[in-house]
Amino acid sequence: MGKTLAEKIWADHIVRQHEGEPDLIYIDLHLIHEVTSPQAFDGLRLANRKVRRPELTIATEDHNVPTTDIDKPIADPVSKLQVDTLRKNCAEFGVRIHSLGDVEQGIVHVVGPQLGITQPGMTIVCGDSHTSTHGAFGALAFGIGTSEVEHVLATQTLPLVRPKTMAINVEGKLKPGVTSKDIILAIIAKIGTGGGQGYVLEYRGSAIRALSMESRMTVCNMSIEAGARAGLIAPDEITFEYLKSKPHAPKGADWDAAVSYWKTLQSDSDAKFDVEISLNADELEPFVTWGTNPGQGLPLNSKVPNPAEISDPEARGAAERALTYMGLVAGTPLKDIKVDTIFLGSCTNGRIEDLRSAADVLKGKKISKEVRMLVVPGSARVRLQAESEGLDKVFLDAGAEWRTAGCSMCLGMNPDQLAVGERSASTSNRNFEGRQGKGGRTHLVSPLVAAATAIRGTLSSPADL
Amino acid sequence: MEKYLSHTGSVLPLRRSNVDTDQIIPAVYLKRVTKSGFEDGLFGAWRNDPEFVLNKAEFAGATILVAGVDFGTGSSREHAVWALQNYGFKVVLSSRFADIFRGNSQKAGLLTVVIDQAEIEAIWSAVEADPKTQVTVDLEAKTVSYGSKSIAFTIDDYTRWRLMEGLDDIGLTLKNIDSVSSFEQSRPSFKPKTLPALS
Ligand code: SF4
Repeated sequence: MGKTLAEKIWADHIVRQHEGEPDLIYIDLHLIHEVTSPQAFDGLRLANRKVRRPELTIATEDHNVPTTDIDKPIADPVSKLQVDTLRKNCAEFGVRIHSLGDVEQGIVHVVGPQLGITQPGMTIVCGDSHTSTHGAFGALAFGIGTSEVEHVLATQTLPLVRPKTMAINVEGKLKPGVTSKDIILAIIAKIGTGGGQGYVLEYRGSAIRALSMESRMTVCNMSIEAGARAGLIAPDEITFEYLKSKPHAPKGADWDAAVSYWKTLQSDSDAKFDVEISLNADELEPFVTWGTNPGQGLPLNSKVPNPAEISDPEARGAAERALTYMGLVAGTPLKDIKVDTIFLGSCTNGRIEDLRSAADVLKGKKISKEVRMLVVPGSARVRLQAESEGLDKVFLDAGAEWRTAGCSMCLGMNPDQLAVGERSASTSNRNFEGRQGKGGRTHLVSPLVAAATAIRGTLSSPADL
Repeated sequence: MEKYLSHTGSVLPLRRSNVDTDQIIPAVYLKRVTKSGFEDGLFGAWRNDPEFVLNKAEFAGATILVAGVDFGTGSSREHAVWALQNYGFKVVLSSRFADIFRGNSQKAGLLTVVIDQAEIEAIWSAVEADPKTQVTVDLEAKTVSYGSKSIAFTIDDYTRWRLMEGLDDIGLTLKNIDSVSSFEQSRPSFKPKTLPALS
């Protein structure tokens, strides 16, 4: 019987296999940031251990860095301590780091791909659950805890139990105005936030094949929101083309050898997935969330659901609680919901194509006087690229704020937060209670919906303009 | 992780049950960026009370904590184990531990031993009568002994072996590090490296 893509990558990284024990898996790339690494480095120090392979490790500052006045010292003492600690640890253990102000600094999941160190067939880990983003290249990539971070630093391996596989087939053609963000929000609404638990998801089908690399990253990024530790897409010409010009892409003979290996990274036609589901891309509409988990989403043309009509008692209870927290009334058209804040950014939608598509909508227009809009590029390079294309001017002229790179309002660890009761349309990935600030209310949307919503002040798609 | 074969020391008698991990190390101490230095926060809420047993001179230097039933319930924070170890404890005895705490402690090399509540009470009385009482917790023999008493305890073989060998998960992997090295020999040359930095 054939193998799935995930099984092939797994098999290629087994260092040691023993009956009754987890497999010992080799890790090709370890990404590090300031929040989940300090205790891991401290553990190494206490045990007198070294980083085994500094050249397979890279750090960046993203989670709690400010996105204004980055030339001044960081004002929040806890953030400053974590950033300073990361810098010290990287210096001591010989790990490459991209600090605030450096042209390669940015959100760890934006930086890896843009440097070209994210490649097909790799195993990639990071102390951050959205590491699944890198799966867009046909890599097996997943988030790990602090003890595991220490384990990888010391041994470049992890003992792991092999996950099951799930195929998600998305066939058809997206309508104009419908994006990869809408695909993944629709998938999560369909299988639920626990539907992917224990599985590696493989996104397949003509609608996925047609996506750009950046759009594929948006899909894989949110695998964790469906409960799956990893999600991936088989590499193809679009992948190779994207990688070719990147600084760390293989060169010369290595490139040829790499491409011929990468071409084998497809699920075999007779491979068997543990579960298969499908979605019709033709029917998809722009999607938004109305609740407090990413599975509580609906097409933008719908109304806020009535919990009384939900038969599953647990889902009904969750919907009731969500509506109370979100301050929403059942039956309200989603398009009537007024927002205060628009956040365009994050590792889900903070790349250049995301900024371009939002700028396209905003060009020559003004955002509503009742909203503020934060545009936070995913990396310093994305910011530079956007400025060279004049996108910063489009955003500023429309009345939005143009920030420097970081996670920012995605998790509200830095000063970019929602106030109590404030409502956002956000291109990020989590709408949990308090995620963007205590008492803040989040609607997850695509960059196109974010831009249109900024102009109208209520949840909208460009078609409504 | 240090190897644990047998340890002899004096006892801190903690006559409280249901000590949860928030009491072992309050959340305000978790912002630290190290695994060390948590001793200041150990039992933080009780430390201001001069009558709290940890503050009593006669129990200074104790390395064996003898606690009431249901020790370590609540949040899964790994910091609770670090705080006990940072303070100098090598062993905790109780008649029952919370699962996650027990798991965390065994990973980090803090021995947790279960004995009957009657035996716990007997140790408390002996130690309160004479704080200098030396107790030995022998993992090889699987006994807790003091004076003329010897109490047998059980522990699963795998955990016992790991503790006696001083192997944390990393230590276990390092035992097989040769297989990692030989795997590395076969990695294709086109796999990316972060160093030297290219841009
Ligand atoms: S942008 Fe948000 S989801 Fe992505 S790494 Fe940062 S905090 Fe995590």
